[in-house]
Amino acid sequence: MNPIVKLLAQRIALSLLLLLMISVVIFVGTMILPGDVAQSILGQSATPEALANLRAELGLNDPPVARYFQWLFGALQGDLGTALTSGQDITSAIGSRLSNTLFLAFWAALIAVPLAIFLGLLAVRYKDRWPDKLISAVTLASISIPEFLIGYVLMYLIAVKLRWFPSVAMINDSMNLWQKLNSIALPVAVLTLVVLAHMMRMTRAAILNVMQSAYIETAELKGLSTFNVIWRHAFPNSIAPIVNVVMLNLAYLVVGVVVIEVVFVYPGMGQYLVDHVSKRDVPVVQACGLIFAAVYIGLNMIADIVSILSNPRLRHPK
Amino acid sequence: MNDYLKHLAQEAALGRMGRREFLGRAAALGVTALGANTLLSTAVKAAGAQKGGTIKVGLQGGSTTDSLDPALATNQVAQSVIRLWGEPLVELSDDGGIEGKVAESYEASADAKTWTFKIRSGITFSNGQPVTAADVVATMDRHSGEDTKSGALGIMRSIVSVKADGDSVVIELDNPNADLPFLMTDYHLIIQPGGGKDDPAAAIGTGPYVLKDVDMGVRFVAEKNPNYWGDLGNADTIEYVVINDNTARVAALQAGQVDMIDRVPPRTAKLVARAPNISVHSTAGPGHYVFIMHCDTDPFANNDVRLALKYGIDRQDMVDKILNGFGSVGNDTPINASYPLFTQLEQREYDPDKAKFHMEKSGYDGPILLRTSDNSFPGAPDAAALFQQTCATAGIDLEIKREPNDGYWSEVWNAQPFCTSYWGGRPTQDQMFTTAYLSSADWNDTRFNSAQFDELLIAARGELDTAKRTQMYADMSTMVHNDGGLICPMFNDFVDATSDRIEGWVEGTKGYALMNGYAPHKMWVKA
Repeated sequence: MNPIVKLLAQRIALSLLLLLMISVVIFVGTMILPGDVAQSILGQSATPEALANLRAELGLNDPPVARYFQWLFGALQGDLGTALTSGQDITSAIGSRLSNTLFLAFWAALIAVPLAIFLGLLAVRYKDRWPDKLISAVTLASISIPEFLIGYVLMYLIAVKLRWFPSVAMINDSMNLWQKLNSIALPVAVLTLVVLAHMMRMTRAAILNVMQSAYIETAELKGLSTFNVIWRHAFPNSIAPIVNVVMLNLAYLVVGVVVIEVVFVYPGMGQYLVDHVSKRDVPVVQACGLIFAAVYIGLNMIADIVSILSNPRLRHPK
Repeated sequence: MNDYLKHLAQEAALGRMGRREFLGRAAALGVTALGANTLLSTAVKAAGAQKGGTIKVGLQGGSTTDSLDPALATNQVAQSVIRLWGEPLVELSDDGGIEGKVAESYEASADAKTWTFKIRSGITFSNGQPVTAADVVATMDRHSGEDTKSGALGIMRSIVSVKADGDSVVIELDNPNADLPFLMTDYHLIIQPGGGKDDPAAAIGTGPYVLKDVDMGVRFVAEKNPNYWGDLGNADTIEYVVINDNTARVAALQAGQVDMIDRVPPRTAKLVARAPNISVHSTAGPGHYVFIMHCDTDPFANNDVRLALKYGIDRQDMVDKILNGFGSVGNDTPINASYPLFTQLEQREYDPDKAKFHMEKSGYDGPILLRTSDNSFPGAPDAAALFQQTCATAGIDLEIKREPNDGYWSEVWNAQPFCTSYWGGRPTQDQMFTTAYLSSADWNDTRFNSAQFDELLIAARGELDTAKRTQMYADMSTMVHNDGGLICPMFNDFVDATSDRIEGWVEGTKGYALMNGYAPHKMWVKA
């Protein structure tokens, strides 16, 4: 068998195994959460009778192992169960939330990734001169400020004072693409600022590392321009670490943007998950956990595969 | 007479009668100048109301886990959404009285045990089905019975039977209760076709609006119900947007994305009010922030310890620092001027000497543990710290334990002997006392156990003489004030804000925030 295919198969199998293990962790973790589902649903206004009735109806007394396998087989068939609190079908509820999250992540990534790589290349080209220092200072500042603060500042300046874009990034099906993009402009800007530094610094460091190599000197001696050397010779050889950090940030854009969702009232997965955690809606928490884990593992797997494919020694085995 | 007065007010509002003439005529009818002025301003506003347009409201408190089933409504957003599409039998009026909704009138038997509600004739649900007495009976049935999950179960327990009688509904109570109409204003008790038994979350009711687009915990869009029986509702479309983050909610109002928000944080309310296009409205309500002690648990079982702590709190300081002035001082009773039969008791002041005296008298000299959390009320940990300082001046050692928000209402409140908490209040004294101070109440969170108090409470329900009843409630407040486990430093105002795109706000509306939840209906988009 082609060693690359074998390697890929191994990677994928490993990822699936990992996902299975994580499903156990998620299930056990949600089982040992403190507090009572029924109490959390009814809140302060719960009477003992109402509590007892709700507990019985939710069937919280089945053995956990049986519930795990029921849940796992359901999830494999795309059935994530129904939410305890609202009785809605989780798969369809998550569907719209997930597509919102992916929509936001997609546009943020579309701007942030090329921008970060370009800025990284630029920083290498003008290493230790003012463009490098400026880029580093600005991106480090933006990653150091808490994201909600950046959100509030942009909201105040751009939404309240200038009124260019809305402060409430609410999107719904009746909007066309242009309206949606207008609506998410501010969260996309904040997310871009937040993920920029990490990717840009990694690009810069990885390329600088390669720039020490002898073949770069050869390229320079051939008379190529500095930017051409970086783009044609250094960048392809430093792609593995860059892809890794890009994937980590993409995962963050999908999984970790709950603060931005709250600040901009964006109906994404994060807010959906937090609402259900606070109500102890275990099936939804499990479903969200599983999806987040799958996104994380999936993106990391892609990073691995890209690193393998970008390595000529693996692509062309002897 | 009432109709005549309203007619006069309308005439005055339309400019057919001078203001002085109106006040004079009203005085002749025995109405005070203040009352007449209020009446006039209401009529002026009604005359100026514009129909049409869209009003957008930013609300706090919604969650993706909410349901449209009124029985399960617990938060502000769920209540507000219910007020769009549904109506109870009767509702609180602006001045704290009762006005008919699904029921057009009601009457009590002489002993206040049997109540008859006459269903408004010719009204229909939003699905076109006529409203019958049977629907009302079925609704009441769905909220009662021990297997219901309804938040109104506590109310329904005192009801023995609900029967249809032609176009009326007859409610029989186990004990006399002069306040039954107030109980029927409960937001869970929305009249639904067939009682909502088939599809409780269908959101079909008799309300002035019909829900068009629902995204739980995110957004609700409602359009005017063309077949609505009354004249409530000015805007064609009302949109509720759930914005739980305080800063984001205020920003949305400032940016013009919403026209109205609730729960403006007191800390920033004055800053918000400075914007030229925004008005902030502060409305006194029955909600109060409390420190609650279990009267049956040591050291609080000793009334001297309770009194020491009551004298050891600086109420005005808390109103200034925790509520930033948007509230009023409490007096260790859950009742304030927002209740219909209120009597002002002598105000208890901060007095470290008395606190010290009672503490020494009690013989207890150990530290006292107070539990608190961020979600028990806004600024609760800060309030606890203030309390700790004023107690220290009196030589009382208060220890503060910060509990997680998670599980506070199940693990700490109503379980631990001393903690911070919040009460939203109720429309009547009877409801408030019955919910939290009757010995047998589920939520007797101060473990207040007084046979005399219980007797008085039951007796007051059947007392139809207002003067006597007022006195009884004053006596009950005094008992709680002197012997209870409640330390009530402050009543919080509802702080709402509106933009100048809409008008028609009525100051001082009784009930809850946003003009008892009806500001979106009653206000209008400026022409």
